[in-house]
Amino acid sequence: MTPPLSRRRFLAWAGITGTGFVLGIDTGCKPKPKVAALPEAKEWFSFTPYLSIGDNGVVTIYNTKPEIGQGVWQSIPSLVCEELEVPLDMVNIRHTGGEKKFGDMQFAGGSFSVRSSYHELRKVGAAAKEMLIGAAAAQWQVPETECEAENAMVVHKPSGRKLGYGALASAAAKRPVPEKPVLKDPSKFKLLGKPVPRPDIPSKIDGTALFGIDAKTDGMVYASVEHGPVPGAKLLSLDDTEALKMKGVVGVHRCTRIIQKYRFDAVAVVADSYWTALQARKKLSLKWDNRGYDSFDTSAYEEKLRALASKPGITEKPTGDFDRSYASAPVKVEAFYETPMVSHSPIEPMNALAKWDASGKLEIWASTQVPREIVKSFSKEYGLSEDDIKVNVMFNGGGFGRRLYPDHVHEAVQLSKAVGRPVKVIWTREDDTRQGPFRPMTFSAMKGGLDNEGRPVALQHKVIAPSLSAADDATFKNTKEDGSMTEGLNDQKYEIPNLKNPYVFADLHIPIAAWRAVTSTTLAFAHECFIDELAVKAGRDPMEYRLSLAKKGSDLHRILTKLKEVSGWDKPLPSGSGRGVAQYEFFAGHAGFVVAVSTKGTGVKIDKVWGVIDMGTVVNPDTVKAQVEGAVAMALTAATKNGIRFEKGQTVQSNYHDNPIVRIHEMPEVEVHILADGGEAIKGAGEPGLPPFAPALCNAIHAATGKRIRKLPFNMDGV
Amino acid sequence: MPYKLNVNGREHSLDVDGQMPLLWAVREFVGLTGTKFGCGMAQCGACTVHIDGEPVRSCMTPVSAAAGRTVTTIEGATDRVAEAVRKAWVDLQVPQCGYCQSGQIMSAVALLRRNGKPTDEDIDAAMQGNLCRCGTYLRIRKAIRMAAESI
Repeated sequence: MTPPLSRRRFLAWAGITGTGFVLGIDTGCKPKPKVAALPEAKEWFSFTPYLSIGDNGVVTIYNTKPEIGQGVWQSIPSLVCEELEVPLDMVNIRHTGGEKKFGDMQFAGGSFSVRSSYHELRKVGAAAKEMLIGAAAAQWQVPETECEAENAMVVHKPSGRKLGYGALASAAAKRPVPEKPVLKDPSKFKLLGKPVPRPDIPSKIDGTALFGIDAKTDGMVYASVEHGPVPGAKLLSLDDTEALKMKGVVGVHRCTRIIQKYRFDAVAVVADSYWTALQARKKLSLKWDNRGYDSFDTSAYEEKLRALASKPGITEKPTGDFDRSYASAPVKVEAFYETPMVSHSPIEPMNALAKWDASGKLEIWASTQVPREIVKSFSKEYGLSEDDIKVNVMFNGGGFGRRLYPDHVHEAVQLSKAVGRPVKVIWTREDDTRQGPFRPMTFSAMKGGLDNEGRPVALQHKVIAPSLSAADDATFKNTKEDGSMTEGLNDQKYEIPNLKNPYVFADLHIPIAAWRAVTSTTLAFAHECFIDELAVKAGRDPMEYRLSLAKKGSDLHRILTKLKEVSGWDKPLPSGSGRGVAQYEFFAGHAGFVVAVSTKGTGVKIDKVWGVIDMGTVVNPDTVKAQVEGAVAMALTAATKNGIRFEKGQTVQSNYHDNPIVRIHEMPEVEVHILADGGEAIKGAGEPGLPPFAPALCNAIHAATGKRIRKLPFNMDGV
Repeated sequence: MPYKLNVNGREHSLDVDGQMPLLWAVREFVGLTGTKFGCGMAQCGACTVHIDGEPVRSCMTPVSAAAGRTVTTIEGATDRVAEAVRKAWVDLQVPQCGYCQSGQIMSAVALLRRNGKPTDEDIDAAMQGNLCRCGTYLRIRKAIRMAAESI
C-alpha cells in the first residue's frame, strides 16, 4: 500500500506556489499521520460548481456524496484529481449541503456514489485541465499541444517552463469550457483503480474528525426527546413542573417526529448541557394514548404472515408459465423461509444541530445521507425558500440506510424555532433502538419443480411482508405490486424457464425502512438456500448445479467460477466440515460468497469466508474490500443475533446488550476478490456483500451437518 | 464544588454535577469531542479513555470518580505506543466511518502497553468491549499485530 500522506511532495508543491504554512512535523522517526491544513487562497476561481482553484493553487472539490464510511472522501475527489493531474493531498474536500446547483444526486445510498459520478467528474477534471493548459499556452504564446499538465502545474515540454495552477487559475477560468474534454487512457491512471489511502483516515484516528454529534455553534443548547412508548401513541397530557425546576433546564417543548408518512408526538427537554436534559427528561410526567397500537406482538404478526402465504399475491413480470410447468413437474420441492426485523444501530446515535434564525434562515449541522432531500422537504415543511436553508453535512458515524431519514433533524429544527436558540438534539441508544425505523421482515414461500434430470423448470418465490413503499407513501395502494419487496428476484440470471415472484401485502403501523442492501438482504437468504435445496434434491453439487444454470460468460458464471477457484471448492473436507455458496444480483450490484464451516460442540464455527464482488470498473480496490469485509460482519449480525421484536406494542430491545452486534472475537477470516474487467457499466460496492452471506453460511451448515436453516436468526452455538 | 480534573496533562476545574459521566464533561465542558457517545451503558466502547493509564468507559464513570486523577483521551494519546498504533491504523486503512475508532485505539493502546506481544486471543479478549458497526474487526486485529511488531 502507498504510504499515508505524501508529505515531501506536499511541501515541494507548497514551495512552488510560494505560500507559507507550517506543518506540525513530528520529531520522532515514525510518521505522524496528521491532517495538514491547506493554505487559504485570497481568491477562488470556479471551474463548474464541483471544482474551484485558488490563486495560490489550492484546489477545492465539492463532494456531493456524504461520507458514511464507504470511502467517498477518497473515491469521489480522485475522479476529478486523476484528470486534473493534482495529487489528492493538495485538495480541500467539502461536503455539499443540498444546494440546488449541485443537483439531486446529493445523497449516499443505493451504492450509487462512484457509479453515478465516474464519467461526469472525470470530465470536470479533464475540462479544467484543458482550460489551464490553454491559459498557459496563451501566456507563453506556444501551441497547446506542446504543453502538458503534471502535479498541479502546466509544463511547456520543449522549453521546460512551468506554471502552477494558482498562477493560471484566473485566466483559465475565463476560457470557454470544452464540451468534449479528452479523458485519460486508463493505463495512465495514477489514482483510479489503485489502493490510494483515504484522506479522511488521519482525522479519524486522532479525534479531530467532526461528526454530526461534534457540531458546535454559539449559544447552542441541548435536547433529549421523549417519544411515545408505542409507534403511533398520542400525547394526552404533559406535566413538566419537576423538569422545569432543575437548574440548567431551558424549557420543555412538544415536537413532531416526522418520518416517512408518519407524524409522531414527542416531547423534548432543552437544557444547557446534555446530561441535564437527560436527567430532566426522567422527571417529565406524560400520559400517552396507545390505543390501537398496544396489542401488537411480533409472534402474532409472524402467525399472520404465515397465514397470508395462502393468498395468491400480485405478480409482476412473470416468466413463462409457472403454474402449468410446476403442476406437471415430476419432482416438486416446497419450503418456507422466515427472517426478522433488524435495526440499523450505527454507533453514532441520531443527532442534529439546528439554528432557526429570527430572520427566517435555517442552518443545520447533521450526519445525514440526504442533504438535498433535507433542503427540499424542509423548505416545504417549514415554508422557507431553499436558499434560506443551509445544511452542513458532517462525517456520518455510520449510515446503513438509517440516515436516509431525517426525523431527528426535524426535531432539532422545531425545537430551535421554539426556544429561539440553536438546539442540538441527541437521541440515546435506547431512543434509537426502540423507535426504529427497522428493516422489515420478509417471509418467503418457495416452490420448485424439477424435470427428470433434476433441472429446475419452474420456480416460485412468493414474498409475504409489510411494504416499504406503503411506509413511505400514505397514498400507496396495496392492490399494486411493490417492487421494493420483491427486489432482485427478477434480476437472478439462472436459466429457469418458468418464474413467478408474487408479493403478498401485509399491513404494519411501525416505521420500516431501507437497511443496507434493503430487501435483498432477506430475500437472498430464501432464494439462494432454496436453490441449494433444489441441488440437493437433484443429487448435484451446489456449485456445479448453479454453474450449469448460468450462461457461460455471464456475470453470474464469472462470479461462481471465481468463487470455485479461490475457495478450492473441489478439495475434499473432513467430515463435520462443509462449504456453502450463494450469490445475489440486485440494483446495487452483484457479489457472492463461499463459506466454510465446521462443527464445534453443539454448534458450528466459520473457518473462512471467500467473497467475490463484480465491479466492472473499480476506483479503489482496498475500499471495496473493506466494504465486503464489513458487509460480512453486518450480515453475520443479522443472521445470528436476535434482531428486533415487539411485545404489547413496544420494542423489546433497547441497547447493545439485548440487541447485540457481532464483536471482534466472532469475526471470521474474510478473503475478498474483485472482478473488474472494465467496461462502461460500473456496479456498486457498499451493499452487494450483504445479501449472499447468510445463504452461503446456511448452505455451508447444511453441507457440514445436514441441518437446513430456514429461519433467521439462528444460534451459531446450537445449530 | 468544582471538580479538578487533569485531562491530557492540563488541569481543568469543572463546576458540574458530580454524577455527570466523564464522557459529557470531557465533550461539553473540556471541549474535546474525540471521545464518542455510543450507548451510555458501557456496551460499545466508543467512549473509552484512560484513567491513570487504565482503559475505562467514560459514559459510566462519574466526574466525581475521575476527580484528582489523570485522564487521557484520544487527543492526548501521543506516546510511542499510541503513535505505533496510529501508524498501523493508517497503513492498513482500518477505519470506515471512523466513529468507534477513538475507542478502538484507546483500547488497543492499553493492551499493547501491558502486553507487547499479544496473541490473537489476547487481542480478541482486550478488544471485545469495542463495537464496530462497519465491521473493521479484521483490520483492527491485523493492525494491533503490526503495531506490536513495530514497537
